[in-house]
Amino acid sequence: MFLQTALLVLRKDFAIEVKSREILYTTLLFALSCVLVFSIAFVKEGQPLEDAAAGILWIAVEFAGTLALGRTFERERYSETLRALLLAPASRAAIYVGKMLGIVLLLGVVELLLAPLVAILFHASLFAAPALLAALLAAGTVGFAVVGALFAAMLVRARSRDVMLPILLYPITIPVMIAGVRGTAALLQSPPDRPTVTMWIMILAAFDVVFLTLALWTFEPVMTE
Amino acid sequence: MSVDFTSVQAVDVSRHFGRRRALSHVSLTASSGDVLGLLGPNGAGKSTLIGLLATLAAPTSGEVRYGDRTAAALGAGLRGRIGLLAHELFLYPELTARQNLAFFAQLYGLDPRATVDAALASAGLSDRADDDVSGFSRGMRQRLALERALLHRPRLALFDEPFTGLDDRSVGAVSDRMRALAAAGGIVVVATHDLDVADGLVTRIALIKDGRLLADEPAAGGLRARYRGVVGAA
Repeated sequence: MFLQTALLVLRKDFAIEVKSREILYTTLLFALSCVLVFSIAFVKEGQPLEDAAAGILWIAVEFAGTLALGRTFERERYSETLRALLLAPASRAAIYVGKMLGIVLLLGVVELLLAPLVAILFHASLFAAPALLAALLAAGTVGFAVVGALFAAMLVRARSRDVMLPILLYPITIPVMIAGVRGTAALLQSPPDRPTVTMWIMILAAFDVVFLTLALWTFEPVMTE
Repeated sequence: MSVDFTSVQAVDVSRHFGRRRALSHVSLTASSGDVLGLLGPNGAGKSTLIGLLATLAAPTSGEVRYGDRTAAALGAGLRGRIGLLAHELFLYPELTARQNLAFFAQLYGLDPRATVDAALASAGLSDRADDDVSGFSRGMRQRLALERALLHRPRLALFDEPFTGLDDRSVGAVSDRMRALAAAGGIVVVATHDLDVADGLVTRIALIKDGRLLADEPAAGGLRARYRGVVGAA
């Protein structure tokens, strides 16, 4: 029943996004613009700054993710549908997981286009170890979405939610950014430093487990007004 | 375990938002067959009380009892016995009427094939079932939202300003639905400013002002005069 509810919420968000494509387009455009602007600043005469690709990839993911979080929960605020979700007899934690998975999938699509663009513009060998790159991005994205979905849901009825979300989100997700950037930088070495990348993936996985547990535990009480 | 109850009772309930008291020591009971009208001016605390009864908010002090148990004791199953129609309609405008009802039916563990078509017919929206809700008029949305709120046949039906923006025909339809719910053994609680509609609809009234319960009594007609006498000018 838990998984059914989570998938139901995910399918509903997917159906809305397929119709409007609003969040995907805005998030994608923002992320791609971000990478393009940084490439103009950090690639001089065809030579990118060392490790710039790693930082810019994760900055773009984090900023685009913040935009997606805000818009996803704005939809639930528009007709107060979040209250309708909370009023249902389904597990509230499952509702949270459904919303969180929606963010992960959306960012996954953005990353599918973002990673090749970063690789091309910054001459970065991101795909030297594609499985490690996928694991790194997946673990980092889940960590970001786990924390982000909780804060975005908490702030959905706050007037200053657009200001408060990054203020709350960025300090907590600094470990995700550090692990993502350092792991990607290790991946970009020639040859890729696989043990170091694996270590950062494990750290991200531990972050995911800790914060997912906390989020599942706290979602119901924090959402009761 | 299936959850059921025949009364809902607020026992010395207070609710504060920071230093602001939205409700202060309110006690009232609504039983099966009642249409309880929560009446009072803007900011009286009616919506706060509806939120507390709906389990969307927790009281700062006091408790809400469903039968002889609290929401905490009854667990998530209690929410399956409560329906809420608020001023905001809890519908996804990007989805069709059918998609909205099917989503909420599944969220309540119902088979959408068995419930959605009947609900659409009841809302008079069978021919617009596959149209996006964003293209509906306020009245059509309200009818759809009413069906969404009652899809799971709740024991406790809560209505927060359900008549806002409706024409006379739609007001009559919503009122008839409330009467039918109460006649079928439901507990209906309606917060409204519309004293003319409430008069003749509600069987009990709770007059609230500044978060305090001023009167809780059977409705006996002449609601506007009674309201003026207790609360002040309507």
